[in-house]
This record gives sequence, structure tokens and C-alpha cells, in this order.
Amino acid sequence: MLAYFLELAFRSLRRNVVLTALMVAAVGVGIGASMTMLTTLIAMTNNPIPDKSSQLFLPQIDSFGDASRTHDMRDVPYVLPYRDAEAFMKAQLGVRQTAMYPLALNVKPPQGDLFEASGRATYTDFFAMFEVPFRSGAPWGHREDADQGNVVVLSSTLADRLFPGVDPVGRTVNLGKRDYRVTGVAGHWTPTPRFYDTNAGGFDEPEDFYIPFSIAIDRQIETNEYACDATSLAANWEARLKSDCPWVQFWVELPHAAQVDAFRTFLQNYAAEQQRLGRYPWLPVTALFDVMGWMDHVHVVPSQVRVNSMIASGFLIVCLINAVGLMLAKFSSRAVELSVRRALGASRNNLFLQCVTESMLIGLLGGLLGLGLTAVGLSALRALRGITSQDSIVGHLASLNLEVVLVTFGVAILATICSGLYPALRASRVQPAWQLKAQ
Amino acid sequence: MEIVSISASLRHNKAGAVLIALQIALTVAIVCNTLAIVKQYVDQIERPSGIDEPNIFTLHNQWLGEPPDLEARVQGDLAALRSLPGVVGAESGSGFPLNAGGTSGFFSRHPDQHYDDAWNTAVYYVDEQGQAAFGVKLVAGRWFRADEIGVQHPSDPNIPAVMIITQWAARFFFPDGNAVGQVLYLASPTPSRVVGVVERIETPWAGMRHMDGFVERSAFLPYRFVNNGLWYVVRTRPGQRAAVMKAAQQKLFAMTPARIIDSVTPFSETRQRIYARGRSSSLMLGTLSVLLLTVTAFGVVGLTSYWVAQRRRQIGMRRALGARRVDILSYFHTENLLVAGTGAVLGIGLCVAGNLWLAQRLALTRVGVGYIGSAALVVLLLSQLAVIWPALRAASIPPAIASRGL
Repeated sequence: MLAYFLELAFRSLRRNVVLTALMVAAVGVGIGASMTMLTTLIAMTNNPIPDKSSQLFLPQIDSFGDASRTHDMRDVPYVLPYRDAEAFMKAQLGVRQTAMYPLALNVKPPQGDLFEASGRATYTDFFAMFEVPFRSGAPWGHREDADQGNVVVLSSTLADRLFPGVDPVGRTVNLGKRDYRVTGVAGHWTPTPRFYDTNAGGFDEPEDFYIPFSIAIDRQIETNEYACDATSLAANWEARLKSDCPWVQFWVELPHAAQVDAFRTFLQNYAAEQQRLGRYPWLPVTALFDVMGWMDHVHVVPSQVRVNSMIASGFLIVCLINAVGLMLAKFSSRAVELSVRRALGASRNNLFLQCVTESMLIGLLGGLLGLGLTAVGLSALRALRGITSQDSIVGHLASLNLEVVLVTFGVAILATICSGLYPALRASRVQPAWQLKAQ
Repeated sequence: MEIVSISASLRHNKAGAVLIALQIALTVAIVCNTLAIVKQYVDQIERPSGIDEPNIFTLHNQWLGEPPDLEARVQGDLAALRSLPGVVGAESGSGFPLNAGGTSGFFSRHPDQHYDDAWNTAVYYVDEQGQAAFGVKLVAGRWFRADEIGVQHPSDPNIPAVMIITQWAARFFFPDGNAVGQVLYLASPTPSRVVGVVERIETPWAGMRHMDGFVERSAFLPYRFVNNGLWYVVRTRPGQRAAVMKAAQQKLFAMTPARIIDSVTPFSETRQRIYARGRSSSLMLGTLSVLLLTVTAFGVVGLTSYWVAQRRRQIGMRRALGARRVDILSYFHTENLLVAGTGAVLGIGLCVAGNLWLAQRLALTRVGVGYIGSAALVVLLLSQLAVIWPALRAASIPPAIASRGL
């Protein structure tokens, strides 16, 4: 039966090529244009670490206090003063945890000029916690964390730049005039959004290298992101470590609900204790976010993207209303043919199903066209934004992937079936006697 | 008379009429909101930064090793840059407008440490020649004197005795008028006196999102910025920027070869880069609007053709009863005007509602009456144009069709 419907549908579509083309074009353009814009939204609302997103937590403590919170920093800082981060590390309440901060150092390659690379001071738990793949070697061990080991993990990009064609594990890299031994090279890793550090918006590429937190502190390597203003930043390193200026990020892995509760209690008690010790004249507000909660809290999807997506959806709706109108026209122009089929014994259901098959076919064709147009639209978008690599975090925001392709087809077919229902219903209610008599 | 018969026939074609009206309403609502958003992007992109944009370039400098004589080196570099032929002025700094990175501090009208009235304000470090280097316009008071200039390392807790603020900041901090002579506090009990007001200089973060209200809240402080890792802002005579960009690097390297100079960028490129996203968004939204109008026009063609096909006999009958071709044409145009007009009115309502909602969420400026009107008018006009072809086909239906099948 389906084969027969399909054959009829093909024939009918071929009979009025202009109208068919118009319908397919309306659906295709609607899908293409809206999916081009929705791809960014899909990528931005992506869960960057699906199997663990509800086990990784970021604690916050209000080191600014209500009174000192200004209009420009309405929220609790998302980084911690060094001493708080240190206390959280010492508590060891998670199965894994890491204090960390972003930094930049000059790299001296074996040959050629110095250049600056972005890095991160972190504990070795970072790699297992965030599921960083390794191309060769391995993360450093807990011993290096404790002993301020001068070791480094390189990104594959930096490794290829410094040691083209050679495995750098065991070799030495000069960073900020100090030597570090390479323990491993991270594989290609593009968590989208870059959930573990959303300070600059959440869509930056991961850093070029990682060094132990303890050695970065020991060597007094500064971060480029203090959350307090320059006037209240202590000039001397020791004083900075003791100050309340927040700049250290902290993540903890808590796989069980009981551990989460325990950590939350710990956090509240800690805040109360700091108040009691007189460090804070207020009871600091605390918060504990998991990955997706954090993405929501920091509005990782910019409002512009949301608005663009709404406009794109509106556009798709107009295209579908359009398709409804055109299908109405198409089916009603076939009233005579349908009447003949009714007169020859086809049931209403048969006619209805046949019309729906036809609209599904249009949806399929429209979806194919839409996919092509989405690909074109996205490559135009990449060109506009100067994105060269599709397999990077910014690239993900403007590239086709399986998810986008599936959503595109799903939307196309569902939408055309929905928009075909009413015209099909009307067409199947044709009065054969009326139509045939009128001829 | 025609209106009566049209509304009667529309009642028979509710579905089609509703579809067209709905499509037109949504199109008007989307197009007028899109226009408002694009206009906002364009306004932002075209906002003047307050500095002499066509003749300014910036470069980042860092010396190798840890030179003990940083202050002398910066002074030497500035003297060398200023002596180059074609250079109007040069300054060292921690940032510059639209750089997306720089220094800010909390400015308050009150001396106490209570931050409720402290506002994050961008600061630019300049000496007595800063006005020439940035090409900013002084609208009140005076520029810094040479004897007022101090030295600022990144985390020196200096409190300046004098400062120069933007006109925007002047109105913001001193709404009652004359800012010159008044004092502000930089998270310190020591006051800083405003000695001058410049027309405008945008903050380093002016082009970034979530930065509304932090566009022109900036100030100049009387310091020479000294750090291993700083920006030089260089202003040249018109037409000499490209040449000076080369000469400046050669000169600096000739003085001290052991340094890294990078990000040598004409200011026009800085502007391009910071607004790349806004530009691509505007272009996308613009394309979408054009596509939307096209799709709607084709929709009108399609649905009207369907009506014509449905009413062949009725039209033929009217022709037989003496209606001229022009009458048939005008019939379809009036009908379209009625339906599309209803849609457009609905669309204007939707547009305003949508805009109010967006204004809340996006801090989008209210869409002007002009935009609503022109969006509605364009859509109406387009729909009238789209109806021509099916109406012509209707007009060419021979009267004889009426007598068939009776």
C-alpha cells in the first residue's frame, strides 16, 4: 500500500513541477535558514560532559559580601580567594578535586622565536575529572602535586609546534624561563561549552599546556584574571595568597548524593566559621552548582543567540504556514482526480493517507534541500567569523554535526506532516458527486 | 459594494484568508523586530570611540629577561616613537578602547569604603602629551601638566591628585553640572580632583556583550604606565600610518633587540575584530528578512492562485454578467488588501508585544514607529505585487466558462 501511495505521490508531484518546487523551496529555505541559526544554539546548549555533568560541582563563597558588592559585580564571584581554595583542597571531600587558575607564559621553542602560550595551573585530578584524552604519555602523579614537580602536560597543538614529528614525552620544555619535563600530550579535546572555565564566555579553546598548581604558586606565576580590582590587589605575592581577593577556580567530583550533601554542609559550616573567626563581617552566601546548573547560572548562551533563535523559529513557522497554503492549493486542484478515485471505491482514509504521504515526500525533499542550505549557510557563517577549523570550540558553534542533521530532518518531516494534515483532511472530504457533475 | 461581496466570499474561504493574514502578521512582526535589532548592532558598530581612529595603531611590547631599568626603557621607547617622522603622539598603557582588555577601578562620589556608590570605570594612563596621542577632544578644563605625571606599575596603589573624565562620566557622577573642580574617590579616602573633561573615549570593553552602561565610563589618570608587557598607542599624521607602523618596529628593535613586539594593529582592525560577531549577526538577520519577504510573497501567489482556481466558475459568471477584466483585477487586489491589511494590523500588535519582551531581555531599544510603519507598508506592498500574476490569470478567464456544466 505504501509503495502505491509513494508512486502516486511521485506522479502527482511530477505533474505540477512549479508548485512542487515552490513547496519544496519554501520548506527547504525555512529549514536551511533557521537551522543555520539554531546550530549555534544547539552547540551552546550542548552538555559538554554528558556522563558526568551531574557529578562535577563548582562551589562559590561570597568573599565580596553584600555591602561591598557593586553594581557591576552583582553576583557572587565565581572564583575563590587562594586560602579558601586551599581549605577546600585540604578537605578532600570529593573523589577528585582541583584548584586551578589560567595563566600565560612565554615558551622558548628548541628553534625560533619566543612566543606566548596560554596555560593552566591545576592538580592532576583535572585530567581524569574532565576526561581529557591523552595522545601519549600520562598526567603527572599526586607526588608531583605535593612536591611541586616541574612537569607539564602539553596540548597536541603545542606539542606539534615544539616537537614536530617527535613524541615529546620525557623531553624538556622551557616555559617562562624555567624547564619543565613533559609527562604527557593531551589528545584533541574540545569541550563545548568549555564548562570548566566560563569566565571569558565559555567558548574559548582549551589551553596549550598544564602545570601543577603547587609549582605555579611556588614560582609565583600570576594569573591574568583577578576578580578584585587593581586597587585592592595586594602588591606582594605572600600577601596576595593571604588576601580575600578571589582568583582561584575550584571543581570537585561528587558521584553520590550523600557526598553532595556532605559537601554542601561543609561549605555552609566553613562560611559560618569564617564569619566567626572574624574574617568576614557577614555570613557569606554559598552555592554549589553542577555543570549544567552552572552553564545556566552564567548564561553561557548569550541573549543575542536566544533572540536570533527565536527569530529563526518564527521564520520557520512562516515557511510552514506557507507550505500549508500551497498544499491546500495543490490538493484542491486535484479534486477531480480524488473524486474519481473515491467514486472507484477508495475510502476517505485512503485518500487522506495518500495526501499525507505526499506531504511527507515534500518534507523529505525539503529537508534534503534544507540540509544543503544549512551547510551553505554555516560555511558562510564560518567565513564571516573567520573560523578556519570546524573541529574546534568556535568551529562547533557553526558546523554541521550528526545532532544538527538529525534535528534538521526531524523538524522538516514532522513540520510538513503537521502542515499537510489539514489540507489532506479537506482533500479527502471531497464530494465526488459534486465534482464529477461539474465536469 | 465590492467589499460586501469580497467579505462574503472570504467567509467561504476562511482557511486561506486566515493563512495569508497569519503569514503577513508574523512577517511584519519578525521583520520589524529584526530591523530594530540590526539597527542596534549598526548603531553600536558605528559608535565613535572618541579617538583619532584612522591615524592610530597599537603594538604590544615585552622585553626579554627581567630588565631592572624598566622605567628608563619605557621613557626611551616613548621618546624614540615620538621623534619618528610622521608621529603625532605616543603613550604607554595597559589597554586602549575596544581592546577587550585594560585596567579599571572603582570610582565613587564618597570617601568611605562603602561600595554601594562605586562604579567600575576604565582608566587610561597618560602623560602631558596624552591628548595628542589619542586625539581626544577636551571640552572643559585642561589637560595634565608635566609636573603632575607620576609612574604606575600594574599593582601600585597610587591615588592620583588629578584626573580627566569623559563627558558621559561627568554627567553620570555629577548630574548637577560642572564636573571640573569636583572630586571623586578611587576606593580611597584621598580625593582625586577632576581637572578636565573630554568629549568621549570608549572603554576597552565597549564592544563586548553585557557591557551596556560601561561604554563611556572612562577616565585618564596622570601616570606613565611601566610594566614588562605593555601597549604603545601611536598616532600618526594622516596617511602615514602604514609607513610609521614599519618604522616604529625597526626603531624599537634597533634600540633594544631583546624584545618581543606583537599585535601591531591599526585601530581600524581592532574595531573590525571586536564587532565581527555583531556584523555577522546583522548580515544573517538581514538575509533572513529578505528570505522571509520572498517566501511570504510566494505564499501569497500560491494561495491566491488557489482561490482563482476555486472560483473559476464564479469569475466566469461575473464576466458574463458584464464585469470587465479591470473589475476582476481590482476585485482580487481589494481582497488581498483586506486580508493582508488585517494581517498587517495584527502584525503591528505582535511586533510591539515582541519588542517590549525583547526590550526587557536584551535591553533592546524600543522599536521606532517609523520601523513598524515601514515594515507593515513593505509587506503590504509586496503582497499587492504578488497578487498581480494570479489576478491577471483570473481576469483572463473567459465568460463562457460560466455556461459550462450547468
